[in-house]
Amino acid sequence: MSDLTTLTIVKAHEGLIKKEFSALELTKAYLDRIREEDEKIHAFLVVLEELAFSQAKEIDDLISLKKETPLLAGIPLAIKDNILIDGIKCTAASKILEDYTATYDATCIKKLKNAGAVFLGKVNLDEFAMGSSCENSAFVQTRNPHDLNRVPGGSSGGSAASVSARLSAGALGSDTGGSIRLPASFCGVVGMKPTYGRVSRYGLIAMASSLDQIGPFAKTVEDAEIIFKTICGEDSLDSTSIEREDIKREKFDIKKLRIGVPKEYFIEGMNLEVEKNIRQAIKKYEELGVKIEEVSLPHTEYAMPVYYIICASEVSSNMARYDGIRYGKRSSKGENLLDTYLNSKSEGLGDEVRRRVMLGTYVLSSGYYDAYYVRAQKIRSLIKQDFDKAFKKVDIILTPTSPCTAFSLGEKTKDPLTMYLSDVFVGAVNLAGLPAISIPCGKVDNLPVGLQLIGKPFDEKTIFEAGKIAENFQAPIMGE
Amino acid sequence: MISKKDVEHIAKLARLSLTHNEIEKFQKELGSILDYVNKLKEVDVSDVEPTTHPFMPENIMREDEVNSLPMEKVDKLIKEIPECESRYVKVKRIL
Repeated sequence: MSDLTTLTIVKAHEGLIKKEFSALELTKAYLDRIREEDEKIHAFLVVLEELAFSQAKEIDDLISLKKETPLLAGIPLAIKDNILIDGIKCTAASKILEDYTATYDATCIKKLKNAGAVFLGKVNLDEFAMGSSCENSAFVQTRNPHDLNRVPGGSSGGSAASVSARLSAGALGSDTGGSIRLPASFCGVVGMKPTYGRVSRYGLIAMASSLDQIGPFAKTVEDAEIIFKTICGEDSLDSTSIEREDIKREKFDIKKLRIGVPKEYFIEGMNLEVEKNIRQAIKKYEELGVKIEEVSLPHTEYAMPVYYIICASEVSSNMARYDGIRYGKRSSKGENLLDTYLNSKSEGLGDEVRRRVMLGTYVLSSGYYDAYYVRAQKIRSLIKQDFDKAFKKVDIILTPTSPCTAFSLGEKTKDPLTMYLSDVFVGAVNLAGLPAISIPCGKVDNLPVGLQLIGKPFDEKTIFEAGKIAENFQAPIMGE
Repeated sequence: MISKKDVEHIAKLARLSLTHNEIEKFQKELGSILDYVNKLKEVDVSDVEPTTHPFMPENIMREDEVNSLPMEKVDKLIKEIPECESRYVKVKRIL
């Protein structure tokens, strides 16, 4: 039997229903590989061997009964450790939740369970998903499978690295300002952020609630689409979730596709080799009959400052619940209740979390609220309007996912602002609530480059179809 | 620029206790982040409405009904409480 971990979800599904191998064998192949390889990668915070085997066995029983088998049945996935699985520890890579056990399933987990997916384990992230490199995890440093001295990107670094190193067949991550797409780009895998509201956030540990979305990682665009279609849908437990038909009903026709290239996304200081790869992809689309148009998103330069004000504001509100009272770590030090709050938070929360709480508290505080928060929300409207205008002319917008390839461990940890700017091409998409996907687009100096396709609201279909074409522009670049 | 006093004040509001070194560090870091976001002052935002949810202009409401949890779920939640006495959350004195 060839190495089962090389199979895509589609191929693994075929093999399972043809009984070429069992779900147990498939799960075992991944667990064996995790045991061998994860000592170097450190993608996993916990491996759920017992749960995975029992889930796989159920699927084998189902297949032997010749029952209808969903596409994800028996497929081993990794779950970012800010998404709750009932009865399993969920830490958000923070000391304050080190011993917290989830008391219910996130809606997306419930949906994956119903589809028969197998959970291999919980994977690493920047603490509470705040970061772009996975270096803010309180527990381990996940490494980039393409170069162990480099970061996997963040915050969903464990999810991206696990798929890249074939330690999982697919994964869930969350994307607040690029946290799925950036690590997908750095690790050479597909990563997708759905339209805001498409996937229920119930059971996702909240970071910035008006920006957070759960989304898939996979080896191929088709696989990512399968996971996306399984987890999406309106949920009465998340009042911001929306049910809406795909806006495109007709069959995808590449010759009718119009792709916009925003001039503001080809900036000075960008890695020239990365730009070359992206330009080549544009040329290949053009050769296939796609109409390429230059578009303008004039408020692009304000996206990062707007993002950091809105994100920090929502963070400061969402983090208030970690006070050591009802769950999470409680400090034993101090005399009174205030001491409990102060000490629990300072013992439990890392630098980046506290930095964002401080920034958010400041910009929301009396006298600064209008000048910072309301102003940022207004410019958020302008950023969204830029996209609305561009989408009158084109169907999708194409950009690099990142101006550079994966950076070295420690390279950007000294200056928080430099780290923030890693998200310069991905953050605006969250402010506008749009769907976007990062697809591998060749390599520069042996490190993967990511191509970002941004779609109209609720038009995931077009970015998936266009993405399936783009992933064939290059030879596969999966990590070994 | 943000003063040391400002940093201490925000930390108090956010219920964070900071050491002297941390106050200095945060003063520097928050200062440079605020300098960076001050760029937003150059944008004309007159007549622009703020965005909260990109696609939903109105809140979704539900009936205000009590949905009681099954006991086993309540037990699970209680198990997560750091200090507990006969199903009550125990906290330190307030005064």
